[in-house]
Amino acid sequence: MVGYLVVLLLILAAAAYWIGRTRAVASVNGDVARLHSLPGQHGTFLALFAAGPALFAIVLWSMVTPGIESSIIADRFSAELSGMGVPQAEAFMRDARAMAFGGLVGFADPTKEAAAAVYKSIHATSAWIIWAVALMLSASGFYWAYSRIAQAYRARHVVERVLRAFLIVCSAVAILTTIGIVLSLIFESLRFFQQVPLYKFLFGTHWSPQSAFTGAGAEAGAVNQDIFGMVPLFAGTLLITFIAMLVAAPIGLMAAIYLSDYASKSVRALAKPVLEILAGIPTVVYGFFAALTVAPYFRSMGESLGLNVASESALAAGVVMGIMIIPFVSSLSDDVINAVPQSLRDGSAGLGATKSETIRKVILPAALPGIVSAMLLAVSRAIGETMIVVMAAGLAANLTANPLEAVTTVTVQIVTLLVGDQEFDSAKTLAAFALGLVLFCITLTLNIVALRVVQKYREQYD
Amino acid sequence: MNIMTEASVEQKLGSGTNEPSIKMKGEKVSVHYGEKRALFDVDLDVRENQVTALIGPSGCGKSTFLRCLNRMNDTISIARVTGKITLDSEDIYDPKIDVVELRARVGMVFQKPNPFPKSIYENVAYGPRIHGLARSKAELDGIVESSLKKAGLFNEVKDRLLESGTGLSGGQQQRLCIARAIAVSPEVILMDEPCSALDPIATARVEELIDELRQNYTIVIVTHSMQQAARVSQRTAMFHLGYLVEEGATDKMFTNPDDKRTQDYITGRFG
Repeated sequence: MVGYLVVLLLILAAAAYWIGRTRAVASVNGDVARLHSLPGQHGTFLALFAAGPALFAIVLWSMVTPGIESSIIADRFSAELSGMGVPQAEAFMRDARAMAFGGLVGFADPTKEAAAAVYKSIHATSAWIIWAVALMLSASGFYWAYSRIAQAYRARHVVERVLRAFLIVCSAVAILTTIGIVLSLIFESLRFFQQVPLYKFLFGTHWSPQSAFTGAGAEAGAVNQDIFGMVPLFAGTLLITFIAMLVAAPIGLMAAIYLSDYASKSVRALAKPVLEILAGIPTVVYGFFAALTVAPYFRSMGESLGLNVASESALAAGVVMGIMIIPFVSSLSDDVINAVPQSLRDGSAGLGATKSETIRKVILPAALPGIVSAMLLAVSRAIGETMIVVMAAGLAANLTANPLEAVTTVTVQIVTLLVGDQEFDSAKTLAAFALGLVLFCITLTLNIVALRVVQKYREQYD
Repeated sequence: MNIMTEASVEQKLGSGTNEPSIKMKGEKVSVHYGEKRALFDVDLDVRENQVTALIGPSGCGKSTFLRCLNRMNDTISIARVTGKITLDSEDIYDPKIDVVELRARVGMVFQKPNPFPKSIYENVAYGPRIHGLARSKAELDGIVESSLKKAGLFNEVKDRLLESGTGLSGGQQQRLCIARAIAVSPEVILMDEPCSALDPIATARVEELIDELRQNYTIVIVTHSMQQAARVSQRTAMFHLGYLVEEGATDKMFTNPDDKRTQDYITGRFG
């Protein structure tokens, strides 16, 4: 219903644009050069005021009404709801809402149906209200703006200001979302740390949250605090990241050097996009490449060497993850190496240095800070990577430095904690938020360090 | 490094007593950048222990010719050089010639000072290191010190040899680049507008230095400043639109040029 309203407002806006334009042109009898602002700007001005306030009202309405509607229902059915626990009451409201809007509900009963009917009528009323409010806003906005359009009116400045406000809102959305996510991570983690002490989480070496609830009867629901030690996960993450960087750092760097200093223009034009396609492959594809091709290959190779390689090994996951971040390293390093001024290359060549001497002794030292920061960004990428490790590294939380064994990572455990039927306030699921917070802190630190290094480096040349 | 061929020895003995011998010789040198021709059949000699100035309006081919002399044009993939250039009668575009060794013999100083982002010491030691010129640390120290002294920079930087070369002033940086070029003991030093990024005081200092260096090196300098050409050079070559217009002793070029275009350019009527 309200969807039609939005469409209607958009049509009105288009019409207003045309009307505003026409009126502006008419106000100077077609001599457009005499207008302060272009006819199109007058049109945009009118369209903005015809549709803008109404659309804003609709956004506000859609954010506020669900809460108001629920509280009215809760008020009317307070007698019925008082007998229920919190989860049942929530389920009741959910079902009533679903029935009101034509959804299917498992257990319908007369109370719910009554609630649904009330829901429906309240919602219809509020929809009528928003229709009326929106059309009124639209009409008055149109009238006000229409009366303003004249030869000397500065529509251009108004449009500019509205545009600026719109851009501010867009960037605010991104920033506020980030802040919201971080806050929710922090608060959920605090709830977790009420059940499991921080030091046991950070320094414990035993991780098996699937057996969080031991015993039955009186002991059921008690949290075993000793099974939430994140050290094995952290060690596994570091091991896999280390293997990945062992693969990605040299290959990516060498590829970048080749692309920036050795490759001819045509080779570069071909090789660079192809290398970047690697970055476009979905990580889940890398995941089954790791699990189905690389891991068995390492296993059989290990067998022929007399080594015992687990079928899900840190080595397989790390190597494939390394391949995945090669384009990341190479394209960042390539940018950095290209940023080293040509004059330094000429200076070195003018002294009789060969190409590789120039690269080793002049270009790489000059580009080193940038390369380091590229590596750090790649590390934070590797730490946060999930899909490959879920598929190839296993779930067993072993505390080991042997790359041939199965290990697990922070991200994998977050996935396994949240997959399946869970209550979202048990220590087990809350642990996922704590892990997420730790992960966030690590990657944030790495990114900040990397950006700092880049900034320092920039100052040298500019 | 100083391999003297028989031909060059003959040349030295054969030449007149007051006319210095020919160090580098260009014959019918032409350069194409892709489809575009930048230099047309230039014949120009560079004489030993003299400063040869290349002048002419922007885009006339003087820098292009300079870069041919130590094959710096090789680094530009679309550049193609034809004709013959010799160094001590050896063709430097001969496939047998090692371009690395050539550039050690024919050093270059660029328009904009381009010290490496390393310490002052490392900047000067760079060339000797890659060519293995010093057998010990003490010997390397000696090369660095004498190069900085020859470039007239030693007294200003002797207390901060380990500080970054990029921290010096523009004029000091350019002299550091000259010291860096001297350190590999070249025979010829090419300078591509070495003072265009410097203030008048630093320029005067570098010009003085060029005049001193003439005792031991052969110098070719590209410049946009007529006064500079007149002050530092013994011979001047005037380029225009890729052609060598005129070449001769600097005194004569600036007082009584043969070509009207040279006269007009020198007096500032075009260019």
